[in-house]
Amino acid sequence: MKVRAQIAMVLNLDKCIGCHTCSVTCKNVWTSRPGVEFAYFNNVETKPGIGYPKEWENQDRWNGGWIRKADGTIEPRQGARWKLLMKIFANPNLPEIDDYYEPFTFDYEHLQSAPEMHAAPTARPRSLITGKTMEKIVWGPNWEEILGGEFAKRSKDKNFDDIQKEIYGQFENTFMMYLPRLCEHCLNPACVASCPSGSIYKREEDGIVLIDQDKCRGWRMCVSGCPYKKIYYNWQSGKAEKCTFCYPRIEVGQPTVCSETCVGRIRYLGVLLYDADRIREAASVEHDRDLYQAQLRLFLDPNDAQVIAQAHADGVPDAWLEAARRSPTYKMAVQWKVALPLHPEYRTLPMVWYVPPLSPISAAANAGNIEANGEIPDVEKLRIPVKYLANLLTAGDTAPVVRALERMLAMRAYQRAKHVEGRVNSAVLQQVGMTEHEVQDMYRLMAIANYEDRFVIPSTHREYAENAFDVRGSCGFSFGNGCSDGESQVSLFGGQKKRTIPIKAKV
Amino acid sequence: MSALHAFLFEVYPYVSFTVFVVGSLIRFDQNQYSWKSDSSQMLRKRSLRWGSNLFHAGILFLFFGHLFGLFTPHGIYGIFMTAATKQMLAVIAGGIAGTICFIGLTMLIHRRLSDARIRATSHPTDIAVLIVLWVQLTVGLITLPYSWQHADGTTMLVLADWVQRIVTLRPVDSSALATLPWPFLFHVVLGMTIFLLLPFSRLVHVWSGFAALGYLLRPYQLVRSRRLNLPPGHNQPPQRSAGV
Repeated sequence: MKVRAQIAMVLNLDKCIGCHTCSVTCKNVWTSRPGVEFAYFNNVETKPGIGYPKEWENQDRWNGGWIRKADGTIEPRQGARWKLLMKIFANPNLPEIDDYYEPFTFDYEHLQSAPEMHAAPTARPRSLITGKTMEKIVWGPNWEEILGGEFAKRSKDKNFDDIQKEIYGQFENTFMMYLPRLCEHCLNPACVASCPSGSIYKREEDGIVLIDQDKCRGWRMCVSGCPYKKIYYNWQSGKAEKCTFCYPRIEVGQPTVCSETCVGRIRYLGVLLYDADRIREAASVEHDRDLYQAQLRLFLDPNDAQVIAQAHADGVPDAWLEAARRSPTYKMAVQWKVALPLHPEYRTLPMVWYVPPLSPISAAANAGNIEANGEIPDVEKLRIPVKYLANLLTAGDTAPVVRALERMLAMRAYQRAKHVEGRVNSAVLQQVGMTEHEVQDMYRLMAIANYEDRFVIPSTHREYAENAFDVRGSCGFSFGNGCSDGESQVSLFGGQKKRTIPIKAKV
Repeated sequence: MSALHAFLFEVYPYVSFTVFVVGSLIRFDQNQYSWKSDSSQMLRKRSLRWGSNLFHAGILFLFFGHLFGLFTPHGIYGIFMTAATKQMLAVIAGGIAGTICFIGLTMLIHRRLSDARIRATSHPTDIAVLIVLWVQLTVGLITLPYSWQHADGTTMLVLADWVQRIVTLRPVDSSALATLPWPFLFHVVLGMTIFLLLPFSRLVHVWSGFAALGYLLRPYQLVRSRRLNLPPGHNQPPQRSAGV
């Protein structure tokens, strides 16, 4: 057993209102630069839909993630080692910018400078790549917002596999949900495994997966390797960029920008302890449907004396163990099992988990015949098909989704009985296998969702890594020529002179 | 023997090689953020697939062909074949690889100049690199008929002897080269110039391309720790089995 800690995220989709505040604040902080205008480290998709970039979930098309071979080992689906290197000259699995969208602005100046004309002047779109006028904008990062576009196109959504999807194209049966997406900071990241120059790495202390911008050579294998398509190629700098999990904020104990600004308070951040020795074993289980369970078994109980002792031996600070015991993500993902991983079948062991959304009871129930399953409504009658959620979150296994939804319904039934009828509804708790204490804790965390309960983030112990006295007054995060004055824009080697903060591998 | 000729074939090799090595080192050390392949594939995918693959396959073959062809002393390959046979081999293999490379490179130039997206995002050196390589390749192909005419391999021996004297720091008599037809001399000088320019262009990715072979040997997962005094191998995966 080797104990490592990771700051994991849980998103409660039941409360996501699709306001895109997370995307906007993230963009303002991280990707409001030329070359990554098209990139959203965090984006919110309306499901069902093919998403951004187009059909990212269709690995038959993009070949992202891992594949299990007949001998029981796993390799990147786009090719292992030699096969991958052979694709370095022209990566056949790389999305083109049109699969995201061609970035554009509008010709606002024309509105003011147009001569007198019969019709009102318009601001036509201009490509940010070529600078030329674009005839028509045909795709964007959120083209399918609130079921925009026709069903025939949206229904290419991979999560409709094994579902008779035609009836969901009918107005009466239509359904939708929001899916905010960011880098999953996986335990078994396919991007790290695909990088020929070894520039992508997972941080031991907090599990954040980062790209060393100095070491990246722009081979673009990570872009195609990531099944979530959450690595973006900066077409100006020629380097790959990705969600940083706002590591400068996490290090000082602050939530990521997307979490901090979430209006619906759906995001949770907390420590999960995992056994690093068993990652490969968990990622290599035979059946896709077992991957969720396999990943659950990787997580370690922070109250277990043996785990604590090993954590000390492996250098996990006490403050992190304490945070692990209060971790909201541990409760939701491991204890209550209401949070589930996104597409575990990609075998990357993702660490951003989702609470499946409840939805209105469909037509028959509205007419007054609610089909109850004991104390709570039958989740099979929810408007969003359970099978669809299962394809999204558990590789098609509906049982964990049903359990999560029923526990959330039970929490509501329990609270309703308590506040409206003034009684303790222990029958409903029994039905879903929860205690009164647990359901109250769950109510506090998921319904009240106080800031200090949602975010339990221990600060990084930098003193372990370096003599903190020496770094006082030094240069912080910068894209310029360090902190030095007299920065010249011209470089001997072409382009702007740039230097990122040096990160040394200390293994 | 003109002074220029003597400079080009006695001094210039050392100048270009020094700039190539020292320049690469300085760039790697001082400005690694600028060290990249600078792929434009994401902006336009089709047209790159054939162009880039053909070009790279061809030029890698040509690179190693020149490397082994010029640096292997006559005494070594002389055991297996005569100089004439070796030259015949080089002309045929180089001709095939050169044609493949020529097709790919021409496609890449066409793509870079005609595609609005690629053209707009091209740095002047991106275009210059392609044109310089295209000229070098074309002149290299022009030398083939000359070699064919001198099937005894003497031209090749003269050039190989010159190269081997340069790298082993022996005195060079450049007058032997002066008798060669112009395409050979032009090809040699431009070849050295490409090495000279390499640190200042995207061509530095050639270094990284060879470095990427290290990918074949490393474990898939990489973990970095910022803690001091870690035991060796601390962040390595538990065991390395084949294929994982």
